[in-house]
Amino acid sequence: MTSATVSNVNDAPVVLEAQGLVMRFGGITATDNVSLQLRRGARHALIGPNGAGKTTLVNLLTGVLAPTAGRIALLGQDVTRLAPHQRVARGMVRTFQINQLFDAMTPLETLALVVSQQQGLTRQWWRALGSSKAVAERAGALLEQFHLADVAQQKVQHLAYGKRRLLEIAIALACEPRVLLLDEPVAGVPPGEREELLATVAALPADVSVLLIEHDMDLVFSFADRMTVLVNGALLTEGAPDEIAADARVREVYLGHGEAAHG
Amino acid sequence: MSTPVTTTRDWQAPLMAKARWRPWEFVLWAAAFALPLVFPSHSLMVNEIAIVALFAMSLDLILGYTGIVSLGHAAFFGFGAYAAALFAKHVMPDPTVGLVVAVALSALLGLVASVTILRGSDLTRLMVTLGTALLLLELANKLDWLTGGADGLQGVVMGPVLGLFEFDLFGRTAAWYSLTVLLLLFVVMRHIVHSPFGATLRAIHDNRLRAMAIGVPVAARMVTIYTVAAAIAGAAGALLAQTTGFASLDVLAFDRSADVLLMLVIGGVGWLYGGVAGAIVFKLLQDWLSSVTPQYWMFWIGLILVLLVLVGRERLLRPWTWFGGGRKA
Repeated sequence: MTSATVSNVNDAPVVLEAQGLVMRFGGITATDNVSLQLRRGARHALIGPNGAGKTTLVNLLTGVLAPTAGRIALLGQDVTRLAPHQRVARGMVRTFQINQLFDAMTPLETLALVVSQQQGLTRQWWRALGSSKAVAERAGALLEQFHLADVAQQKVQHLAYGKRRLLEIAIALACEPRVLLLDEPVAGVPPGEREELLATVAALPADVSVLLIEHDMDLVFSFADRMTVLVNGALLTEGAPDEIAADARVREVYLGHGEAAHG
Repeated sequence: MSTPVTTTRDWQAPLMAKARWRPWEFVLWAAAFALPLVFPSHSLMVNEIAIVALFAMSLDLILGYTGIVSLGHAAFFGFGAYAAALFAKHVMPDPTVGLVVAVALSALLGLVASVTILRGSDLTRLMVTLGTALLLLELANKLDWLTGGADGLQGVVMGPVLGLFEFDLFGRTAAWYSLTVLLLLFVVMRHIVHSPFGATLRAIHDNRLRAMAIGVPVAARMVTIYTVAAAIAGAAGALLAQTTGFASLDVLAFDRSADVLLMLVIGGVGWLYGGVAGAIVFKLLQDWLSSVTPQYWMFWIGLILVLLVLVGRERLLRPWTWFGGGRKA
């Protein structure tokens, strides 16, 4: 990461801002006063040991959970009380750690649906899905971009794991995100199918702000220009990758022994 | 977005292919409409099958396409039946107007009832839909001054269809009337399930979480389709009341909700013709078995159902695969 890009990103407008997020489940505080800023075009990684509250934070940001306290602003608008689908319409899109796909559909149908939804066409009940040429072309372009063209008409449930993982990301991109939350995009992908996926992640549009939740430190350090470390639901520290790698507390709680050689 | 919008292949044709009418569909419908001519004595049976097929398809919209389970779909069927019968008796005997009124009222009931199916699990949905149907059943039983209670609503006299076609004793007009309504509503449902709207329903069925995550307003879609399904179930009920000139408590009974579920399981869910196939098989079996063993016909229906679910419809319809040890046919 060159310093020029970093300073560019640091000057860019803030697209996502979370302030003082708290989430309590009964007596357990899963998210403890977390604040987070994402600028336009950011490549921000969220790391932390298992149980650090990463998934809860993602659920708060996307609206699956309503926070006990705190607020979330997307493109300057308060979205704290908006439902997940309303946040999607405003550009907050996520992928899932465990594939969440439409198993009985084909990749072609899936993407045609997502593009139709994106273009506000899913109230149409008389015309067939794909009767809009623009929808079909956009779905096709996404299929080709994500190396799914050859399996476009197989049922999603019959696809290889790597292909399903690609579709997972293709769906998110079809939503035309301003902020993209990538929840462990390469988790469980066998080595042979990994490269294709990593290349796709690296090629994400530059103007999309990405929050990457990942365990794989190779990916984190090659991808991120900024990092946030969560421990026990609270923010431990935030900074550039080299700062994080040099941080003694991070080494202690997270990176463990000898893993900090990166960055 | 930096994604290129250029693609060399035609992606529209494969998308549109699924919505296209197949030749066998035209044959099927032509045959259905020819039945009252070819077998006039079976017109009543044709009428009955058309009605339950419509009812089964309406359940498929919520169950097979959207994944909303229901044990009380007869609530809307029965409500439509009583609405049509009461309208004919007290307001005017024209069947088409009565049908439209019954459909509108059933839709309204579906809209109100849809709040009960938005939350909770499948089990809660089974219970609240069952409860709703039971409530309506007891209400119809209690309001005997209006509905005739346990004796049923008698003295319903229908006018001619469109002022032209009198209902005859053999049920030929009834059969064609029901088949026509079935066909019209089938065309509407066929458009719905192949549309972008229909795709959002299948998305909700497959993965509600992801449907939300791509921006589908899940609750609004469920309310809409529940209302539509209620309206169509109400149409089926109205057809029954109008073609038989009678409405009784059994239109709301649990058996009716359970039977229609059986028909869908027999015919296959998530496929509109599954409702038709299930209705035909169920009614013919019922007819045949109840003449062979009047008291125990439900035993055989039960046996068939168990086999169907255990063995699977695909394999049951392909006997040559039974002893092949999993060999591909």
